[in-house]
Order: sequence, then C-alpha cells, then structure tokens
Amino acid sequence: MDNELENLVNGIADGSVRSLAGMITCVENRTTGWLEAMKKIYSKTGHARVIGITGPPGAGKSTLTDRLTRTLLDKGLSVGVIAVDPSSPFSGGALLGDRLRMKDVSALEGVFVRSMATRGALGGLSLAARDVVKIMDAFGKDFILVETVGVGQDEIEVVKTADLVMVVCVPGMGDGIQAIKAGIMEIADIFVVNKADIEGADSVVKDIQAMLSMSTDKGKKTIQVLKTVATSGDGITELVDTLFQELEATKKKAGRQRDRIKEEIIGLLEREVSRLIHKRLDHNDKLDVSVDKILARECDPYSVVQEITDDYIK
Amino acid sequence: MEQGKKVRVLVAKPGLDGHERGARVVAYGLRDLGFEVIYTGLRQSADIIAKAAIQEDVDVIGLSILSGAHMTLTRKVLDKLKEQDARDVLMLIGGVIPDEDVPKWKEMGVSGVFTSGTPIKEIGDFINSNIS
Ligand SMILES: Nc1nc2c(ncn2[C@@H]2O[C@H](COP(=O)(O)OP(=O)(O)OP(=O)(O)O)[C@@H](O)[C@H]2O)c(=O)[nH]1
Ligand SMILES: [Mg+2]
Repeated sequence: MDNELENLVNGIADGSVRSLAGMITCVENRTTGWLEAMKKIYSKTGHARVIGITGPPGAGKSTLTDRLTRTLLDKGLSVGVIAVDPSSPFSGGALLGDRLRMKDVSALEGVFVRSMATRGALGGLSLAARDVVKIMDAFGKDFILVETVGVGQDEIEVVKTADLVMVVCVPGMGDGIQAIKAGIMEIADIFVVNKADIEGADSVVKDIQAMLSMSTDKGKKTIQVLKTVATSGDGITELVDTLFQELEATKKKAGRQRDRIKEEIIGLLEREVSRLIHKRLDHNDKLDVSVDKILARECDPYSVVQEITDDYIK
Repeated sequence: MEQGKKVRVLVAKPGLDGHERGARVVAYGLRDLGFEVIYTGLRQSADIIAKAAIQEDVDVIGLSILSGAHMTLTRKVLDKLKEQDARDVLMLIGGVIPDEDVPKWKEMGVSGVFTSGTPIKEIGDFINSNIS
C-alpha cells in the first residue's frame, strides 16, 4: 500500500476527519491500493447500525435524515450520512443537493455527511457505497444513514445492505401507492408516510397497510407504518423509538448477517470475474477470429462461450 | 493511479442576502461539464462551508458573491480550512465583482474570479487546468 493510503488508514484510527474524507475519495475512485486499505480497516468494522432511507424524489428523505441525525445526536450517538444521487448519463457529472437540507446538522460535532454520485453503469454503486459505510463504521460512527432515491435497481441494492430499511412515501403520489416501484416495497422494514401535514396522508397509510395485510410473507404483516412531518419534527420521536425496537428485533435474526456476507462475497467475485473477462478478451485476437467465424455462420456465439469457459475452468 | 477520479466542486452562496439563481446556474453548468457538484444553497456560514468542503473532500470551492461584504466571509472560510488542516482547495468566486477588487481577492487566496455572465465552460477549463 502506498504512503498516502497508509496515512489515511492511520488517520482514521486516530479519528481524523480529513483522513475519513480522503479514504472515501480513494475508495470511490478505486485509487490503486484501495483494496489493501479496506482490508486494513475491516477488523474495526461491525459496530455501526446502518439505516437505509429510500423513496421517491422529493419525498423528504433528506429533511427526515436531518431530523433523525439530530435525535440520534441528542442520545449521544455519532452519525454518518451517505446521500446518493444519480450521475448524469450524458456528462458523467452530478448535482448532489442533499446537503441543502442538512446544512446545520452537518456542521455539528459527531456528524459526517458525504454525498455520492452513482457514477454510471459500472454496477458498482452498491459495492462502493458499502465500502463507504465500512469506512465510516471503522471511524467509529454509531449510526450510518444511507439516503438513496428509490428508482433504480442499483439504488435499491444499496439500501438492501442496511440493517434496516425505511421506505418514505408521501400523500398525492397518484394512484395510492401504485406509484412506488415494485421492488422497493419488498425491502421495507418500516414505512414512513412523510408530509403528513398534507391532505391524503391517512389514505396512503391505509393503502400501505392494506397491501401489507395481503402479503403472503408473515413478517410483512407486522411492519409499522408511521406518519411524520419532517419539516416540523412531528412523529420523529415515535419513528426513532420504532427504529430502535426494530433494530433490536433484527439483531435476533442471526441468519441475516451471514447471508449478507455471503452475498457480498459473491458480489465482489462477480465483479472480479467480469473484470478479468474484459482484461483477457477486450483486445484478443483469438476472439476476433471467432467473431469472423460467427459472421460467416461457421460457428455460433454459444459454442464460443462454452469453449472459453471450459478453457477457464481447466 | 486514479482509476475513476472525478473532480468534486462545492458550490455555496454565503450570507443571508440575495438570490441563488447565479449559484444554481453554475452548479448545473458544471454538472453538464462532467464535474460532481455538491450544491449547498443559500445562507451558509463560513464554518458550514469549510466543514462541508472537508467532509466532501472537494477539489474546488465556488462561492457566489454578491457584495464586497462577502470578502470577510470568504477570508473566514479560508482561515477555517487552514485551521482544520484541510487539503489544498482551489477557491473560486463568482458574481458582481468590481475590477478594482480583483487584486484584493487574489491576495487573500482566491485563485479564480469570475464576473457574472462568464461562460461556464471558461470556469470548467480554469478548474481543469488548475487542479493537480
Ligand atoms: N409540507 C411538507 N413538506 C416537506 C416535509 N418534509 C419535507 N418537505 C419538503 O419537501 C421538499 C423536498 O424535501 P427533501 O428532504 O429535499 O426531499 P428528498 O426526498 O431528500 O428529495 P431528493 O433527495 O431530491 O429525492 C423540501 O422542500 C422540503 O422542505 C413535510 O413533512 N411536509
Ligand atoms: Mg434528498
């Protein structure tokens, strides 16, 4: 590992905020040596509780995150926030605006807020975000709140790795809860109907409860649906209480932790294999020969793939 | 070696007065040029700006300036960054800035001064050629 990363790892152990920020950057950029650095800090992880917060754009996720952060701070707990926003598919740039709703809280002692862009189709967002969670965990944060917009599969993957997932809904989302994408409902451990000051909140609550009661999954039937007004703070105390109860309950599900680690290993492996495939085949003359044969219909892509995999497995 | 390096820019509008239109235009423009822009909006104190810059590990801070009164605030941001042992950050300001003030800003540690109406591309080019 080069000196810079070594210093960052040591800095994190010493509680340096600058090192925490610097290591996140290195891991996001996949700066050479990042893997070694992750290995070094791994033994210090496992302490933080991770809460995923997801929901449609503008639902009040950041405002809610701000409130939760304050409440946790009041309990003497330190908080890390990861706010994920999509990168522009056209320029590769991103406008990360979640801090807008957290500006005062983000400057308080014990709080560290980091904005992350999805950075395109690498499919690596969930892995990179997981790494950032670990870095904050190793730094000593008690709670880590991860905000993502519940639209893309990648974003859903991110929050799925949390200990607990809060799905934020709002009144007026059109046809009841139909507007919420399939896939996002399944991952919820708690439902929050935010903007309860707006008309229609109760009917959203009812819709969600009805949906949960129809679920074939027994566990889903007991999921709580809470109303909040993030802007005024109404309902936040109840939300935090529920959060703690649910965290206690999930702790008892021993299998969850194991499953998560297995999933992570497989995820990392898939990426590594895909990297190796590209490395070997992107500029490969043999592959060009196969392509010529396929074009001439002398061969087919299925056989070529089989040949290659047979070759790898040997 | 940096495999996926993106340049990160904090855009803030310090102080209590004024509109955020200019800051927004710059934020969107820089995004469209491929930068990762952390937009923090209006009413920022020097302390909040400096802490945001450190947490986000930005390469650049762009402040939207409305009057000479923001000079004190900008100086405070620079002081705070130094005080908190931040890494080197390229400090830029934009807004209505009289020509005769430019040397004063530069002396203080501001690297780039852009008056309203500067094409965003020019700001982007400046950033790209001035960060390591
Ligand atoms: N009336 C009302 N407005 C709210 C409430 N919570 C948030 N808002 C407003 O809703 C808008 C969006 O809030 P954010 O917290 O930025 O929402 P978000 O879900 O983080 O938005 P994205 O990150 O852009 O998806 C802001 O103008 C908030 O002030 C609420 O409980 N009631
Ligand atoms: Mg948000």
